[in-house]
Amino acid sequence: MSAKELILADLDGDRTWRLQDYIKRGGYEALKKVVSGQMSADDIIGEVKKSALRGRGGAGFPTGLKWSFMPRSFPGDKYLACNSDEGEPGTFKDRDILRYNPHTVIEGMTIAAYAMGCSRGYNYIHGEIFETYLRFEEALAEAREAGLLGEKILGSDFSFDLFAHHGYGAYICGEETALLESIEGKKGQPRFKPPFPASFGLYGKPTTINNTETFASIPFIIRDGGETFLNYGKPNNGGTKIFSISGHVNRPGCYEIEMGTPFPELLEMAGGMRGGRKLKGVIPGGSSAPVVPAAIMMDCTMDYDSISKAGSMLGSGAVIVMDESTCMVKALERLSYFYFEESCGQCTPCREGTGWLYRVVHRIEHGKGRQDDLDLLNSVTANIMGRTICALGDAAAMPVQSFVKHFGDEFQYHIDNKKCLVPPEVQYEGSKIYVGPSC
Amino acid sequence: MLSQESLSRIDRELEKYPAEQKKSATMSALRIAQEELGWLSDETIAFVADYLGLTAIEVFEVASFYNMYDLAPVGRHKITVCTNLPCALSGGVHAAEYVKQKLGIDFNETTPDGKFTLKEGECMGACGDAPVLLVNNHHMCSWMTPEKIDQMLADLDK
Ligand SMILES: Cc1cc2nc3c(=O)[nH]c(=O)nc-3n(C[C@H](O)[C@H](O)[C@H](O)COP(=O)(O)O)c2cc1C
Ligand code: SF4
Ligand code: FES
Repeated sequence: MSAKELILADLDGDRTWRLQDYIKRGGYEALKKVVSGQMSADDIIGEVKKSALRGRGGAGFPTGLKWSFMPRSFPGDKYLACNSDEGEPGTFKDRDILRYNPHTVIEGMTIAAYAMGCSRGYNYIHGEIFETYLRFEEALAEAREAGLLGEKILGSDFSFDLFAHHGYGAYICGEETALLESIEGKKGQPRFKPPFPASFGLYGKPTTINNTETFASIPFIIRDGGETFLNYGKPNNGGTKIFSISGHVNRPGCYEIEMGTPFPELLEMAGGMRGGRKLKGVIPGGSSAPVVPAAIMMDCTMDYDSISKAGSMLGSGAVIVMDESTCMVKALERLSYFYFEESCGQCTPCREGTGWLYRVVHRIEHGKGRQDDLDLLNSVTANIMGRTICALGDAAAMPVQSFVKHFGDEFQYHIDNKKCLVPPEVQYEGSKIYVGPSC
Repeated sequence: MLSQESLSRIDRELEKYPAEQKKSATMSALRIAQEELGWLSDETIAFVADYLGLTAIEVFEVASFYNMYDLAPVGRHKITVCTNLPCALSGGVHAAEYVKQKLGIDFNETTPDGKFTLKEGECMGACGDAPVLLVNNHHMCSWMTPEKIDQMLADLDK
């Protein structure tokens, strides 16, 4: 099996993102089909349901079902938001979609707006990718100019306008209600749910939030049919998926493949293991997903169900590959530091718990671990899980639980011997500045 | 306090939101103010608040929540290196060490001549391009080998 590109299709060569090139690739045909009245709102939602498309932002919620939660007749504005706040360590696919194929997101969002009756949309773009934000703004201007956005789209009765909102450095704004708060010009602190955004969202109005890649899948589904999309994947796991592969492979990068592709094939596409070293563990769905040991991972296929059976999550599709030169305690220490830094501080279990996790992992890594530290870590994670407003608490706890579960011996070695199991020179070799053959 | 150009840029941002939701432009207004003035002083924050019809504390809350705003003066060029795990597996930490050594400063420090400030960054959504760093919040540099870091610092120093 090889790469199968629907979203990143025909972008080889100079990867041109301009409107006229997108149209040459069949772009905006789906939107035309929709606004010309060939498909009703129900038809669109039905087609998306048939495709078995699941949210690409992390939680994997069925998109068609989510869309059907929006109230049909609501007096006043309904909103649409695209989550391009990609900040989950390991994830870098949405940036590629926005850089190389921004119109597919615009078209996908416009179709979604048509299906749900939204009059306005925002694309929330991660702070650190300002250059991508500027490009998206340019793409929006092109679409507006061509009558593909704004009043009476393509001469129909349907009006929808879309704007870009630029973040400024806060991982938590990827959480959908924090994202809405942030668009409202506030601190990005998640809201209590319920009410869910479909009833009380942006400015208190019904709102649907989807990930960039989710929207980018829509034009294909509408143009070629939900069934066709589904068949690229497997039941309950429709379509293709873009995996961002980072870490110890020869060719880190984004790979769009059919759902259900065996992990070893994906690894091979990414050039295999760097320096011929052995695979130790993989975080298959972004830093919040539990780590999976090499042997289990090599038996997985890349889809929601298989990864979940292996005790982890497909999440955002960020595959972090670690070889035998990696000190697992040090790896976890860096992740725990991240969650500690990024907790928004609203809930005590998360605010205090992430600090505890970081400090305990830090002291184990630095030879000051105590015999009961592993129990302590397990008890702190148990006190965070399920007791917080948003899922960042769980996201901080799951890596800790899984690293301790699968690599407990290595943690114990640090505590007993006050040093790493992986010799420092081996770690040094494995973490050197690497510039792959692709650049 | 802000130039006419910055003000018209803020006005363009305001057009993105419903007329009664001026607060939504807070983030971009602060970004634009910081681009012009280098950092966000209490006076700048009060000015932005006034311009948007908000209280200073509302705007301060935003300025202090998001990492890319600077509430204290920084060097002429702020360099933020990502050291999160995916980058660290491909040299992110080594690249940061190299910049530290070249500039003779640690994270959160500024060179004595006021030219460079160094920060440690979190995932920038570009892990496949590691090592990555940001220059002045808005320009991303990928695959930063020591040679490319040397070149970048030399270009910025001109
Ligand atoms: C702490 C945290 C960070 C998140 N970051 C992102 C993100 O960067 N991008 C994203 O699309 N979803 C992110 N999510 C998930 C969103 O809350 C939401 O589920 C998603 O945007 C819905 O879109 P989808 O159904 O298309 O996946 C995050 C969730 C949490 C709890
Ligand atoms: S779980 Fe953490 S990040 Fe989420 S709302 Fe609570 S304190 Fe904030
Ligand atoms: S970890 Fe450095 S950009 Fe993602």
